[in-house]
Amino acid sequence: MTSVLIGYALVFGVMAAYAVRVLSRGRSLARRLPDEDKPWI
Amino acid sequence: MSTTPTVTSTGTRASRIMGIAALVGIGWLLMFGLVLSPEDVNQGNYARLLYIHVPSAWLAYLSFFVTAMASALYLWKRTRSAAWDRVAGASAEIGVVFTGLALITGMVWGKAVWGVYWTWDARLTSTALLFVLFLGYLAIRQLDAPPDVTAKRAAIAGLIAFVDVPIVHQSVQWWRTLHQEASVLRQDLKVEMDGLMLFSLFVGVVAFSLVYVWLMLHRTRVGAMEQALDDKGLELAIAERHAEAGLTPADPVAAGAVVDGGH
Repeated sequence: MTSVLIGYALVFGVMAAYAVRVLSRGRSLARRLPDEDKPWI
Repeated sequence: MSTTPTVTSTGTRASRIMGIAALVGIGWLLMFGLVLSPEDVNQGNYARLLYIHVPSAWLAYLSFFVTAMASALYLWKRTRSAAWDRVAGASAEIGVVFTGLALITGMVWGKAVWGVYWTWDARLTSTALLFVLFLGYLAIRQLDAPPDVTAKRAAIAGLIAFVDVPIVHQSVQWWRTLHQEASVLRQDLKVEMDGLMLFSLFVGVVAFSLVYVWLMLHRTRVGAMEQALDDKGLELAIAERHAEAGLTPADPVAAGAVVDGGH
């Protein structure tokens, strides 16, 4: 079961790290740019 | 023109709802994958790795399919738009992450069941090649060139790299492989899985697909802002050149002379 838990930890760890990286990059850029450069608003 | 941003994140109501749905899906996956699903007769608990391995591979296929479609739409002049290029790039980046996860979970499972982390089996090798091809695609996107040239090169590379996806999927049929054949997407349409195990796998595929949509929403928005920042950087550089040459940017002839003179 240890291998299984390591596998799950790796997948959700990498997924969370990538999500945090995308969100923090988004926050950093959103602070530097005016709202008219954000087409989703 | 407003310069003070009031929106300081890539989140919207839709992305928050999608994020919550993805988290609920992951919760279900953990519950079914680790607790409720039965042990496999042959593989024991190691079969639980399939509930994250197969969805990772599925997401890699889906991501690269979206990249290929968006690339084709970018290359077709009638639908050419920088938005398709951003969708292609965002999806490829997510696809590379999930191809990596499919390889890693496959290796963990392989060590437990086959006794080795890696073997040069057709499925494993073609998947590793897919990973490298799309890393190359992402590298092409980083090359220093005008945005439209980069987008065109990336779109062609994305379409070429996608050719490996059907090869990966069919590899277990075309060659004699150590990797098992498909249990669900079989050519004879038969499903060889226990009901609860199949449902757990279905939960995994749905949860990962929700994560993909959520990541795409945020990553394409980041891409739009990166493009805007690049455009502003270019405008700023041109304005600085005008200032250095003592010319006004409003004069197109003068502006052209400065830009041309820079080459």
